[in-house]
Amino acid sequence: MSSPYKKDFPILHQTVYGKPLVYLDSAASTQKPSVMIDRLSNFLKTDYANIHRGVYKLSQKSTELYEKARKNVQHFIHAAEPSEIVFVRGTTEAINLIAQTFGKMRVHEGDEVLISGMEHHSNIVPWQILCDEKKATLKIIPILEDGTLDMHAFAALMSEKTKLVSVVHVSNALGTVNPVEKIIHMAHERSIPVVVDGAQSAAHLPIDVQRMDCDFFVFSGHKVYGPTGVGVLYGKKSHLKAMPVYQGGGEMIESVTFEKTTYKQAPEKFEAGTPDIMGAVALSASLDYVREIGIQNIMEHETALLAYAHEQLNKISGLRVIGTAAEKSGVISFVLDDAHPHDIATIVDREGIAVRAGNHCAQPVMERFGVPATTRASFGLYNDQEDADALVKAILRVQEIFK
Amino acid sequence: MNPETKDLYQEMILDHYKKPRNFLRLSQPSHKADGHNPLCGDKVTIFLNLENGMIQDIAFQGSGCAISTASASMMTEQLKGKTLPEAEILFQHFHNLLTHENADASRESLGKLKVFEGVREFPMRVKCATLAWHTLKAAQDNQEQPISTEKT
Repeated sequence: MSSPYKKDFPILHQTVYGKPLVYLDSAASTQKPSVMIDRLSNFLKTDYANIHRGVYKLSQKSTELYEKARKNVQHFIHAAEPSEIVFVRGTTEAINLIAQTFGKMRVHEGDEVLISGMEHHSNIVPWQILCDEKKATLKIIPILEDGTLDMHAFAALMSEKTKLVSVVHVSNALGTVNPVEKIIHMAHERSIPVVVDGAQSAAHLPIDVQRMDCDFFVFSGHKVYGPTGVGVLYGKKSHLKAMPVYQGGGEMIESVTFEKTTYKQAPEKFEAGTPDIMGAVALSASLDYVREIGIQNIMEHETALLAYAHEQLNKISGLRVIGTAAEKSGVISFVLDDAHPHDIATIVDREGIAVRAGNHCAQPVMERFGVPATTRASFGLYNDQEDADALVKAILRVQEIFK
Repeated sequence: MNPETKDLYQEMILDHYKKPRNFLRLSQPSHKADGHNPLCGDKVTIFLNLENGMIQDIAFQGSGCAISTASASMMTEQLKGKTLPEAEILFQHFHNLLTHENADASRESLGKLKVFEGVREFPMRVKCATLAWHTLKAAQDNQEQPISTEKT
């Protein structure tokens, strides 16, 4: 059963070493649909100019499209207002921004910040930097054998010292879907704000930040079939209002004198300098594409595909899946008895298959499961059972070589 | 298997991966260093017994991919009894073989190590092949204090 969406992605119609490309690395980055590529190209051919300042027609058009993109993101994640959407470079920048502004305000000496043991480095290092600066402590919610969060431990870890919780929605290394609504509910009962890293969920699960009631939600454009260089920081209005500025410069100011400078309100407050105008417009096109297919449909397609892939991979003797949560999204990490992930990835590459081998920017996860690295196959809406079958066949070939 | 893959994963390399030589700790090494490629999870520790500028004994421990393991194994085999200058020349040749177009001269002087020529077709794997050698260098250079070397 072929994916009906493959044809929308020009890059997928190529051969690699004479074999059809089978792209199974969407967790690292998603490929781009023609509509986004065309929209970007047309924008640059007809409407592009710097935004906000120009009085002339092109600038007006460009500004409208940029702000329209902002509204599109707002609707995509069901935020209450467009001013709660800040365009940044990506998830990593978003988390650094939160840590250095909101984090700096809320976390002081002796306080604690809670993250989970399955975080991507981008949701670990900014908090380490903050805790170092503030002489606070970073505490880790442990992971259970199946790759789920130990919710009992989470409850026990929260105390009056806890000033912030930051957790990933979907783990890029394990595929675990965390019960973020429950986590947020538990944290809010103790007045602890929660940051949700949606890098791996935004393209795969319906996101409703109001229903989730998260304080912050962050994700990257290039993982939602959009361009690199643009990402989204959603923050509740009251938080963004209270936060100090992050980067200073043009666009985010009201007035500048050498004696005193005043700042704009959010979101402009956090968008210093010329933003990634092209990126925002292209991202908007990608979100339109996703919305047209329907995130629910995407989720169903990917859930079925993931189940099928698990079933097929589990038939291979000597293969162990790392991350066996009941609720998973998009990702299968595995190890093979006789071959290292690096070797697996190299050999399957020669069969046209792109997977990732390594620690997936989650070294602590690798350590937790006692493996130096895993091979990771990750799915997007353009993948199908044929792709999963090709992967299985290639793994069997690896085993032949290494037996 | 396509020809390049066959070249890379040829019998000798697979043999050294499955049955690495000198895969042990030296009980009283004169030098030691750790090498680590955190990007892919290859780890190697090189143990040396250097005496009068000669490698009396050399061994390794660690875990990693076939290329890094086989490379460490074959390196230790080749270097036993060699002097440090001889080891340095071999490293230059080895590096040359993996990265340069015209590697004829290098190939000749490398003996068994020339089986790694196939790595040239896999540029992302060159670091796997050179990890043990870089770690060896670190072991030598820090004659007083063996250090942990992190390679990226």
